[in-house]
Amino acid sequence: MTRKQRRLSIIAAAGAVLAVAAGLVLYAFQDTIVFFNTPTDLAEKPSPPGTRLRLGGLVKEGSVVRDQGHEVRFIITDTEHEAPVVYAGILPDLFREGQGVVAEGALREDGTFVADTVLAKHDENYMPREVADALKEKGVWQGGTPTDRNAN
Amino acid sequence: MVHEGTATVKRGWFGSLANPTRFSALAARTIPWLGGLSAILLAVAAYMAFFVAPPDYQQGDTVRIMFLHVPAAWLSMFAYTLIAGAALGTLVWRHPLADVAARAAAPIGASFTFLALVTGSLWGKPMWGAWWVWDARLTSVLILFLIYLGLIAMWRAIEEPARAARLVAILALVGFVNVPIIKFSVDWWNTLHQPASVFRMGGPTIDSSILIPLLVSAAGFTVLFVTLLLGAMRNEIMRRRIRSLQIRQAGATSSARAS
Repeated sequence: MTRKQRRLSIIAAAGAVLAVAAGLVLYAFQDTIVFFNTPTDLAEKPSPPGTRLRLGGLVKEGSVVRDQGHEVRFIITDTEHEAPVVYAGILPDLFREGQGVVAEGALREDGTFVADTVLAKHDENYMPREVADALKEKGVWQGGTPTDRNAN
Repeated sequence: MVHEGTATVKRGWFGSLANPTRFSALAARTIPWLGGLSAILLAVAAYMAFFVAPPDYQQGDTVRIMFLHVPAAWLSMFAYTLIAGAALGTLVWRHPLADVAARAAAPIGASFTFLALVTGSLWGKPMWGAWWVWDARLTSVLILFLIYLGLIAMWRAIEEPARAARLVAILALVGFVNVPIIKFSVDWWNTLHQPASVFRMGGPTIDSSILIPLLVSAAGFTVLFVTLLLGAMRNEIMRRRIRSLQIRQAGATSSARAS
């Protein structure tokens, strides 16, 4: 084995150990690294009311109700489980039915999630409005509704 | 670090680049062409970004930030990968230009990382409703930025160039573990940041009217990166030459005084 080969194999071995170590650390911390929990996580591992957490999923179609004042009620769904959310405040531009959101807050005794922050989550699809409309017409794609700020 | 004329001739084309003098001459000849090419590509990209690309169906005109954000983010990882490759070159093959390349790439990579963080933040406020969140993607890119700063600080802190090169190379290789974490963070964990749109299984999810300007912009910034890298490497070679001349001079005067 030449000196170069020896150096290369030492680095390869160290790199493999490092990669495994990093993998184990990330695996151990995965519950902390996730930015939000889904309604299914909440149903499987219920946390006591009052614990702060982030709840993420899609805003269920037809679930957004605006009360007097600026309180908004809606349902976050991951298509398996659902969670009712109540929020008072300004919603981001991208917030609309069928769109991904992350709500930050805590569960109330009655199972309603009281959010103090609502973030909109954007998906990986980018297209002009005409393409989105055309795809919808053909029924190929069922994504979020095109921007219509007047309706919000 | 730079031993002029000591590079072995037997190494072929890549080996001939190991000679700093020959490399500098080649860089000097290519830099104007590459600079011109990147200027043209970036001008076309800017025109396409503002006048050709349509507004996104959901984001409206805010989508245009992507033409800056995405190339900057790609280059932040590309530059680091290049530094890690150069670190191998330093540690295994003792290539005379490997440390020069890494040292030249680090500030450029850090700048692109910073640009990606800032443009992402400017996009995040109107779209997500937050300037910053501690999700896996954003946090791992911030760590990348801090690693860049750490590498730059370490080069400057260690007096002896050969020692600095070796220690920084080790740190650079350790830090490389972060690059796949950045790339796959959006797949491994729930993040607020959207998943990959271009380099993904099943092809891009960006309509071609937005994708083409993005790719032109990415090509322009990549050529700009190479141009800046070659320029910075030339400067680094000259800086090292000046340093060795100063040391030789100091040695000459002190031995003259001693006699």
